[in-house]
Amino acid sequence: MSQFLETFYEESFEGLDIMESGLLELNTGAADPELINSIFRAAHSIKGGSATFGLDEVALFTHVLETLLDELRDGRREVSQQGVDLMLQSVDCLKEMLTALREGSEVDKERAEIVHRQLEDLLHNDSSAGGSVSKGLAEVAKVEEEQASISGWEIRFHPHPHMLKTGNDPVRMFRELALLGELTTTVDIEGLVPLSDMDPEESYLSWELELKTEASREQIEEIFEWVEDDCDLEVIAIEEPALKSQTVAGSILEGSTKNESKVAAATDESSTAKPATRVASSSGAESSSIRVNTTKIDALINMVGELVITQSMLGQLGDNLAEESMGNVNIERLVDGLSELERNTRELQESVMRIRMLPISFTFNRFPRLVHDLSQKMDKKIELKMSGEQTELDKGVLEKIGDPLVHLVRNSLDHGIESPEKRIECGKPETGTVHLNAFHQGGNIVIEIIDDGAGLNKEKIKQKAIERGLIGANDVLSDEKIHDLILEPGFSTADTVSDISGRGVGMDVVKRNITDLGGSVDVTSEEGEGSTFTIRLPLTLAILDGQLVRVGDEVYIVPLVSIIESLQAKKEMTSSVNVKAEFYKLREEYIPIIRVSDVFSINTGVNELSEGLLVIVEGDGQKAGLFVDDLLGQQQVVIKSLESNYQRVTGVSGATILGDGTVALILDVPGLVRLHKNPQQPDIRLVNGDCKDVA
Amino acid sequence: MTTILAVDDSASMRQMVTHTLKGAGYDVLEAADGQQAVSVAQKSQVDLVLTDVNMPVMDGISLIKELRALPSYKFTPMLMLTTESTSDKKTEGKAAGATGWIVKPFNPEQLLTTIQKVLG
Repeated sequence: MSQFLETFYEESFEGLDIMESGLLELNTGAADPELINSIFRAAHSIKGGSATFGLDEVALFTHVLETLLDELRDGRREVSQQGVDLMLQSVDCLKEMLTALREGSEVDKERAEIVHRQLEDLLHNDSSAGGSVSKGLAEVAKVEEEQASISGWEIRFHPHPHMLKTGNDPVRMFRELALLGELTTTVDIEGLVPLSDMDPEESYLSWELELKTEASREQIEEIFEWVEDDCDLEVIAIEEPALKSQTVAGSILEGSTKNESKVAAATDESSTAKPATRVASSSGAESSSIRVNTTKIDALINMVGELVITQSMLGQLGDNLAEESMGNVNIERLVDGLSELERNTRELQESVMRIRMLPISFTFNRFPRLVHDLSQKMDKKIELKMSGEQTELDKGVLEKIGDPLVHLVRNSLDHGIESPEKRIECGKPETGTVHLNAFHQGGNIVIEIIDDGAGLNKEKIKQKAIERGLIGANDVLSDEKIHDLILEPGFSTADTVSDISGRGVGMDVVKRNITDLGGSVDVTSEEGEGSTFTIRLPLTLAILDGQLVRVGDEVYIVPLVSIIESLQAKKEMTSSVNVKAEFYKLREEYIPIIRVSDVFSINTGVNELSEGLLVIVEGDGQKAGLFVDDLLGQQQVVIKSLESNYQRVTGVSGATILGDGTVALILDVPGLVRLHKNPQQPDIRLVNGDCKDVA
Repeated sequence: MTTILAVDDSASMRQMVTHTLKGAGYDVLEAADGQQAVSVAQKSQVDLVLTDVNMPVMDGISLIKELRALPSYKFTPMLMLTTESTSDKKTEGKAAGATGWIVKPFNPEQLLTTIQKVLG
């Protein structure tokens, strides 16, 4: 059984998500029967599965929840806030239990017990349990009736005419009875109608059966359980000593079934009357999706990556050959074939990448609950709007964006949306809105968190930034720059630290996490109107649009997303503050220069800034100029992890294999910027003391 | 070969049932809801239908009703997988033409015993 457990866990977590979002919808709107049904169905499946797979504590817990939901579904119970909250708690509790079971850790029995008891209380408070008690009593009476010594049973079985149409075959029941003891069957053909009036699909026969057995009445009745309502059945005990008062016709099972089989034969005919359309059946499930372990997909993506590299190597070789031997028909054909290979490879790569793509709703789905809980906690009225939930992005990015998003939404709820009183005072609707929006733009996914709250207070931010020494007292900053300050490390404008959006350590971490994913975050805000946080992320972490740059004999790749512009340095614009730091003055901004050749200790022979190029990049919230010898082409590269193949190297985020088969390192721009600011890496030589005079 | 159609929206239950039945030598077709099941059953005639009751799109009872209306499924055994808490579902299922039911939770042996009884 254990091989199905993983599937069970996965579908249970999905079911719990359905329950959670369903319960939250119940909360705000009128009880929609289909909604309640979907919540019930999820609980029902979890219960059924957990019982089947032997997770008894989960089954027991879900059983109560299911009963509650069943009552809601039948309209026997009203949807109450208390009920919904308790069921939400139960969903949490189940999540914890299942997670613990899945990981093999200890289940928090105490918590489960508390919630379980609350559910029981709610259930029994206003439901009548009378029915089941009386039924129980009736059953006890029946058992007591049969205490005498019994040698067997006389069974009178008269199927209703339509019984065969439920797929129930009397022969099956006789066969089962015969397993319990010695069975004598007598068929009664009195009910048989003339052949001309006979409907071959109906049953006209009845039977008297005598079974010598020690089996109980329950065992006999169980055999007829499925046809209880489709027949007249009498089970009479034969007391000891067996009194054979009836004249038994002596036809045993085989004999009786002959009569019966005539009917069966007739019915068989009609059931096969349609030409056999039976197809040689394979186990073809018609479900529209399959579950695949992500490691298999990653292996596939990796293989495709290798294929892309091989393909580009072959492509280059083909181009070389074509140049060398113009007019050779075979080589022309080879080149044609290679370009087709390139097209197919690219399509294959895209399709494979798409397998890893999931809609962002997987992450968005947790927000209704979060907003519901937090707005209650903060006594605010907040409506959550979501759009673009179906926008897809790579599973890896999706998993990593969850926490930063939670932080930003919490921040909007806590600092953005005002209290209802304040909102009314400002002439705004009492209920604030937080809007989560996602869409594709170019090769990126854009996620917006838009609130109609108080907006950012520029003066307050500026003051705080001056206090913290982030800016000078007389600095003139654009609105944009001021807003960006809230993403700086150690910045917090909240007057009181709340337990909801943290202690001012969050926003810079959010920014760091997003930058680490190769993305960016921007803030726009209008005081009194609200704020918008815009996150831009690459769709996948497996490939990257890169700018190839040459430094000495080496080729490096700079991610295109981090490049602002590239330019030829003018000597008069360079300056150096001390022996360690060179700067380039670009439009009134002093940008530190990072000489890539120095970072990686390469002797290039290009020392004068005017001899090479400056690639202006932004990383870690700061601009920098990467000094390189030359710009080469731009291309999409397949990222190979350096950590899994070698070890982590500061300033390098990965490697790739170029078309000619050589390995090129991908520069980690934020890492390089950090390294430049804080040069404490012993193994990497930094900007040397190459001092330049101020022009 | 005897073919059984296993219908359940829960993938783990479907896996368990399929695994058990295949292990016993039956051919198994799968469907995740009633509607899928109807189209599978129309494409290939099956000898027994085993269906969950609570499913999205089309539930087990509607499935049984639809299949029973097809000439080729008039007498085919159709079993529901029910829980003890839904006894009224049994009555409803019977009215729709179900042959019988298997009460959840069940273990693979119980499942096989019942199936073998029905198929003879």
